[in-house]
Order: sequence, then C-alpha cells, then structure tokens
Amino acid sequence: MMVENSSISPADDQPILEVRELAKHFEIGSGLSFKRKTGVVKAVDGVSFSLRPGETLGLVGESGCGKSTVARTLLRLEETTSGSALFHGEDIFKATPQELKSIRRRLQVIFQDPYASLNPRMTVEEIISEPWVIHPDALPASERPDKVRALLENVGLRREHAERYPHEFSGGQRQRIGIARAIALDPEVLICDEPVSALDVSVQAQVINLLMEIQERLGIAYVFIAHDLSVVRHMSHRVAVMYLGRIVEIGTEEQVYNHPRHPYTKALLSAEAPLDFSKDRKKHQRIILEGEVPSPSNPPSGCRFRSRCWKAQEVCAGEAPPLEYVNNHAVACYFPEDSPAG
Amino acid sequence: MTTAEQEALIIRRKTPWWSLLARDKFALAAALWLTLMFACFLLGPELFGKAATTLNLRARNLPPGSTEHGWLMFLGGDALGRSMLARLVVASRNTLTIALTAVFFAMIAGGFLGMIAGYVGRGIGHVIMRFADVLQSFPSLLLAVVVLYVLEPSVTNLIIVLAITRLPIYLRVTRAEVLEIRERVFVDAANALGGSRYHILRRHITPVVAPTLLTILTVDFSIIMLAESSLSFLGIGIQPPEITWGLMVAQGRNYLSQAWWLAFFPGLAIMLATLSGNILSNWLRVVSDPEQRWRLEKPRTGDE
Repeated sequence: MMVENSSISPADDQPILEVRELAKHFEIGSGLSFKRKTGVVKAVDGVSFSLRPGETLGLVGESGCGKSTVARTLLRLEETTSGSALFHGEDIFKATPQELKSIRRRLQVIFQDPYASLNPRMTVEEIISEPWVIHPDALPASERPDKVRALLENVGLRREHAERYPHEFSGGQRQRIGIARAIALDPEVLICDEPVSALDVSVQAQVINLLMEIQERLGIAYVFIAHDLSVVRHMSHRVAVMYLGRIVEIGTEEQVYNHPRHPYTKALLSAEAPLDFSKDRKKHQRIILEGEVPSPSNPPSGCRFRSRCWKAQEVCAGEAPPLEYVNNHAVACYFPEDSPAG
Repeated sequence: MTTAEQEALIIRRKTPWWSLLARDKFALAAALWLTLMFACFLLGPELFGKAATTLNLRARNLPPGSTEHGWLMFLGGDALGRSMLARLVVASRNTLTIALTAVFFAMIAGGFLGMIAGYVGRGIGHVIMRFADVLQSFPSLLLAVVVLYVLEPSVTNLIIVLAITRLPIYLRVTRAEVLEIRERVFVDAANALGGSRYHILRRHITPVVAPTLLTILTVDFSIIMLAESSLSFLGIGIQPPEITWGLMVAQGRNYLSQAWWLAFFPGLAIMLATLSGNILSNWLRVVSDPEQRWRLEKPRTGDE
C-alpha cells in the first residue's frame, strides 16, 4: 500500500531512510504469574515513512501516541516487534553488531531531556569526544581537542566551556552540547526526539534556529519529533501526523497545515490558537473531540480514531483504512476531506 | 563570562588534590592516621617484633599511663607482661593484610558479578543472584568453620573465606546501582553512539558505582576484623603467637573487669582505622563528584 506509493511519489533523491510497517508491542505480564501475558500494548503499530537526504520530516502527535517509541526503535534502543527500517538499503533492525555500529555512526540522536542526557561526571570535552573514543578511526586523538572546541563554537558555545561540567550550564546550553556530540561524527540522519520541549520558549527558538542552521550547513536529514505544531511547521519540509501508534496523514508542511485531510489532523490543528485573530476569527472553528484517547492496549477495531470521529460510519470499524496517496499527500481515512489539487 | 565563573575555572585548574585535602581537617587527620598505620604495617614487625614477644612478668596487666617500665609500656602491659604498644604495632601487619585483602577481593569479585548480573542479561543475572542468596542464607560463621575445617587454617584460606562471606553485599549493591544507571539517558546516548557494553560499563557505570562500593568497603573493614577475631577465638583463624587486633580484643575479653585496656586499645585501633577510612572515602566521593567538588574548592574567607 504505502510502500509502493511512496516510491511512485516524485522523489528527487533516493530515500536515505525508509521505514516500513514498523511495529513495537510491549507485553504486559501480571506481577504474580511468571509467563502469562495479560495484555499487549501496541505502542507503534504499522508505521511507514521515508526520509530523503537533507530533508526534515516532522512527526507530530499527542503524548503517548508512539512518537518516541518510533525514535527508540530506529536507534535500536528497543527491539522492534516487526517491520523494517532501511538505512541506505541496510535494515537497521537486522544489522549485526558491527553493521549496527557503522550505522550508528551515520544515524545520531538528540534527546528530549538535556539534564539527563549528559553524564554529570564527565567534562564537556569528554562528552563531545566520546563519539571518537567509540569510533577511533573517525578522528585521530591529537586532533580531538581542537575539534571539540570548534564544535563548541559551531553550536554557539565558547571554547573554554570544554573544561566545564554539565551542571554548570543552563538547559539550552546543555542541549547545544548534546547537539555538538550528535554532529561530531558528521551523521547523515539526526533523530530529534522532542529536542526543545524541555526548554523555555525563548530558548526553544534559539535551539531550533541552530538545528536549521546546522542542516543548511551540513545537509543532515532530520526526523523531528515534537508535539508542538508550530515548532514542527517551522522546522519541517514534510509532516507526518500520528494517532495511537499509526500515521494518519503524511504530506508536505503546506499540505498538512493548510489542507488537512484527516479528521484528526483537522481537530489537532484547530486546537492551536490562531496567531492573527482579526483575520481568522470567523473562519477559525475549534473542533472539540469527545472522549479520551483509547488505551493502546485495547484500541478500537479498524480505524483507531473512529471512537472520537464525527464522520465515523460502519465501514470504519472493519478493516483499518490504508494510507492512500494523492499528489504525494497520504491520508488513512475512508472519508477524507477533499484534496484541493486532486 | 562573569568574573565569578572565571574564578571557579581557575580554581579547578589550579587546586590539586593534596591542597583540597589540607583544607579539610577531618580528612587530613584521617589521611595522616592511615599513613601512620601503613608505616606500622611496613616497618612494625621489624622494629618492634622483639619487644612484642618479650615477657616482663612484673608488668603483667600493667595499667596504661606509666613509663616506669620504659616508654613501650605507656599503653600498659598485657596478661603476660608484654608491651601493648609494641603488640598493637606488630599486629597491624596481620590485621591489615587480612582485612584489606579480604574486603578488596570481596569488592572486586562482588562488583564484577554485580555488574554482570545488572547489565548483561536476565538469565545469568538470576543465576548470580541465587548464588548470592545461597551465600547469604548460610550463617557466615558456619560457612567459615566448614571451609577452614576442610582446608588448612592459614592466612590465605582465612582471606578467601572472609572475602566470600562478605561478597553478597557488594554484589547486591552493585547490581541495584547498575540497574538504575543503565536506564539513564546518557547511557542510551552512549548506546546510540555505538558504544559497546564494555565501553558503557567502564566509562559510564563504574565511575558512579565505585564511590558507593568504596564507602561500603570502609565499613566492611571493621566487620571483617571482628569476624576474623571470632574465627581466631574458635581456633581456626590466626593462631597465637601470631597476633591481630581482633585476636587481641578476643584475648582481652577475659580480663575486662580487671584490665580493661587489654581489649580497649586494640578495639580503639579497629575503630580509628574504620573511622579514618570512612572519612577519607567520603572525602574522595565529594572530590570525585563534579557537582560537589566546589564545596571543597570554595576559598575559605570571612567565616573562619
């Protein structure tokens, strides 16, 4: 379904990362019995997307929809239940330890919490040179001190910060250190797992601008995970919207934000306050969704959004709607909004 | 950069560890005491070996504080009229050899097994933890008696037995800490960079676990010395005329009502050794923690 379609779509380059039907199920056992499974949480259930070189793919969705699980499985910090992720044609999930090490050199990550992601006992210099300690052939030891300082300047810190410890920095500065560590190996793909959601709003903008500047300079492709719609819009070339472990809509930033086709995307976008009230007041209509997000251990059959959707009909409870592409804009819904161009 | 920050940076670069030690009076005293003990350990038996075995029947159970039988009798004489001071100095070698080697091996083996149990896998982890359960459910004294009865009671075997009985504590603490640290985000980051298990254990987990183990080691030190003395009392530990502080405490117990100093001084030696070790390990913990180190680095002004 989705896989064939994405290859039909006018890709200017071969995708650098191609995720197919990624699924991650967590088994919950009861505390007393040893082996009996009492349920399965389907945190991610059939997610497919592709990423082209130098592009930013935004991944939005509310808390608990599986965004971070996608990131953790792509980094092999969690083992997947099924699916594949082709990085330059090589399946990350099937890679041997050596292959994985070489993939990880080109696929890096920025974590959400800058306070937890840096080892408090290491100096900034030790933290940023860790990638080269792990991959000694990447940079000779004699050049490392200079490169650390150059990287610090690249991310907007000062050379003398190299001798300090993480606790001497603010959250935004720590995130910059995390970015310096992530780009130390010149990766091709950077997975940003909510990189700014732990930061103050004023600092968020600085870090986002830094990330965009780095992308412009080094041509790194980003998988940018966030729950903040405006941040994702600002950063991304393409946007994927997730709901309860599945992608419901994927398209260019312009398509998704201006002409949302999935009811959930519409509702999500309507929840965001318009910046210009005078112009949009009449047009802007908030869609209030009823009920709660269903539990991922017991999701509704068929379309997972049907329990809260105002368009839901019987067909939605049957087979789950596939992601169908029109003009490179995919939506998983039986009753999508009309596409303006198609 | 503000001047205060600059100052902090200069202080970190220029303050060597011995200068930090000199600023902390308790840590300095502890370090000096441990140095003195180490000197006794190195030279004691050579310098005082003869004095420790010379009987002076007129000085039997001599109370401490008098020098009428020579300065060696300053801390009193034991039940056979031997100099307490000389015996304490001479005993330091056996005591420290046994206690230090035993806690050291217990820490290394326990820490190593604990890291495997906590980091490598659930299967082998379970095996190791059941092994620790078995060791702990056995009364350690019984275990020691059985082992030493089967083997020859010698210093080496004594060390092995003591190390094995103390091992589960290190094992459990290490495993618990590793289980906590391995879930931290910076470990995930090292993993995502392609770091091997060995790399993560060495660079991220050991530096956090080590200070905790060192603190347990200093407390364990006194427990081992007393355990060794009860083994000696049962006749399967160190045998007279060899002496240890623990054995001296055990021997002095018979005379507690008439000559308290026979048990008091070796007990004091054990206590001071433990206390010094504890203070020093605590100081080391602060020095090695970047978030705490400034407490020692801060220039002392005004309030002194």
